[in-house]
Amino acid sequence: MTDHIDPQTFERLVQLAALELDLAEAEYLRRELNNQLNVIDEMAAIPLRGDEPLAARGVPYPPENSPPLRGDDWQPDAPPADILAQAPQVDDGYIIVPDIPHTDLE
Amino acid sequence: MLCDLPAHELTRLLKARQVSALEILEDSLKRIDQVDGRPGTLTPGEITAEDQCKVHAFITLTAERARAQAQAVDDKIAAGEDPGALAGAPVTIKDIFTVAGVPSTAASRILANFIAPYSATPVVRMEQAGALVLGKVNLDEFTYGSSTESSAFQPSTRNPWNTERVPGGSSGGSAAAVAAGEGALSLGTDTAGSIRQPAAFCGVVGMKPTYGRVSRYGLIAFGSSLDCPGPLARNVRDAAQMLQVIAGRDRRDSTSANRPVEDYLAGLEGGVKGLRIGLSPDYFRITFPDPANGEYIQQPLPQEIEAAVLRAAQVYASLGAEIVEDVPMPNTRYGIPAYFVISRVEAASNLHRYDGVKYGYRTPKPQTDLRQLYRASRAEGFGRQPKLRILMGMYVSAAQYSAQYYQRALRVRTLIRSDFEQAFDSANPRRIDLLLTPTTPTTAFPMGAVYGDSVLMQYADQLTVPANHAGTPGLSIPAGLAADGLPLGIQLLGADFSEALLLRAARAYEAATASQPSEGYKKK
Repeated sequence: MTDHIDPQTFERLVQLAALELDLAEAEYLRRELNNQLNVIDEMAAIPLRGDEPLAARGVPYPPENSPPLRGDDWQPDAPPADILAQAPQVDDGYIIVPDIPHTDLE
Repeated sequence: MLCDLPAHELTRLLKARQVSALEILEDSLKRIDQVDGRPGTLTPGEITAEDQCKVHAFITLTAERARAQAQAVDDKIAAGEDPGALAGAPVTIKDIFTVAGVPSTAASRILANFIAPYSATPVVRMEQAGALVLGKVNLDEFTYGSSTESSAFQPSTRNPWNTERVPGGSSGGSAAAVAAGEGALSLGTDTAGSIRQPAAFCGVVGMKPTYGRVSRYGLIAFGSSLDCPGPLARNVRDAAQMLQVIAGRDRRDSTSANRPVEDYLAGLEGGVKGLRIGLSPDYFRITFPDPANGEYIQQPLPQEIEAAVLRAAQVYASLGAEIVEDVPMPNTRYGIPAYFVISRVEAASNLHRYDGVKYGYRTPKPQTDLRQLYRASRAEGFGRQPKLRILMGMYVSAAQYSAQYYQRALRVRTLIRSDFEQAFDSANPRRIDLLLTPTTPTTAFPMGAVYGDSVLMQYADQLTVPANHAGTPGLSIPAGLAADGLPLGIQLLGADFSEALLLRAARAYEAATASQPSEGYKKK
């Protein structure tokens, strides 16, 4: 079995995924990722011509089957107060977050 | 008890004023009280011996909300109005759909405190048709699993046929609630088999409609090109009635199909005479990696699972269908490898919205900057399975690997789709109307036996996932019991938008086998 994802690559993925992991979790996840990639490698054995279309979905959407574009008209949605009430921290209608990292331009 | 009657029978009794919606509801609540045990929670403590004997289908019971719905149905009947096609039917909703004003958790800590401000379209349609929503039922976290064990809400659901076994997943709470008579119907989702596999494990009917047949609006997204909402029920007529209500175009889902919805009930008793029903050798063997060394093993399915399918073929032959053997579906075995790539890319994309800012879980620990808030909230909010899917999605879609993995998987998906297109192609002299297969490679496995091995767990979907890649519809129906006393399921697969035909064929089998067992079909 091939170890596709070494600890360094794994650390990079964790950063990209906006996660942080303890050791036990990291060990489990890296092992499972590598196990899954060994399964995925089975696809390499499939003879592809190379001109097969990329299927973003299964069922085709010919025009007669596709919904028409919506009209540009206002539709009621959930009340803004209900939506805002779900935010973990709100002040006077604003969602509060800690400092947003930024770099001052020279 | 009323709760053991089919939904369509309950609606008939209700309309004949022989029973009230409130009586039906109270009977269901009584059953839940008897069999369900404590609902899933983030702080379960020890799982006791008593817990191990209960079903635990529910995360959230909405009894008062359902009482108001039952009262409204009774009021309509008293006023001489039509109470709707699902009037008085007690239903449960997989907790991956939003229901306005009710916690909509996706079985994840990260959404445990989320109160949806709107309801999913299929839920709205069921409620408008007079259904009584009993509550939200358990699932694998964000639907990521095939046993319901990965739910953050424990105790997770157990199989009502044997509570030491899993109910399947990810719609495990749905299938178990239907099997245990807690609710006659349930709304589930199927991304790789998540309706059909638990339906098979729990001995109920489960249908994955054609992609786009049922709106995904209000469905918390996993694999957006694969997710299909659909019904679970104890009989085919109920599944057909429920699909009739939830199917159809929705302006809030641009992938919902625009074509008219067929009448699924009108031809339900039409039988299978003259239909060409296929058997494929590619669905009678499984290929999976040896957990010890990763070598691929190909082996035939357990004899009793093959026998259940051959029995069904014989039933269909005796009803006048023509059985077509050796239908080639050569790309079936690639369903899981391609799914490992496509579903993870879509999952990673969909899960980036959970950031501890707009809704859901936020870490209580003070954070110095926004990026650290994201990381800490996601680390504490997601369980291992979502984390695994995000990481895999990031890897296989990375610029340097995309051609090798993601684009290749999309081409393989085209091949899988072409298997179905050729089988159902009217220009093919060996074309079939339906494909008859097993639903699962095994019966319900013991709790804890597979959980943690993400590869082996995924292979539970080997016979169901091709239809998700292809977008085509399929359903699982009960086909007797195995030697271990657990239900066996058989699967029917059809061409795009062939739901009416699938339901008709499923009903024919159900009607023919209601009374006596039959001999197996002898392969020629």
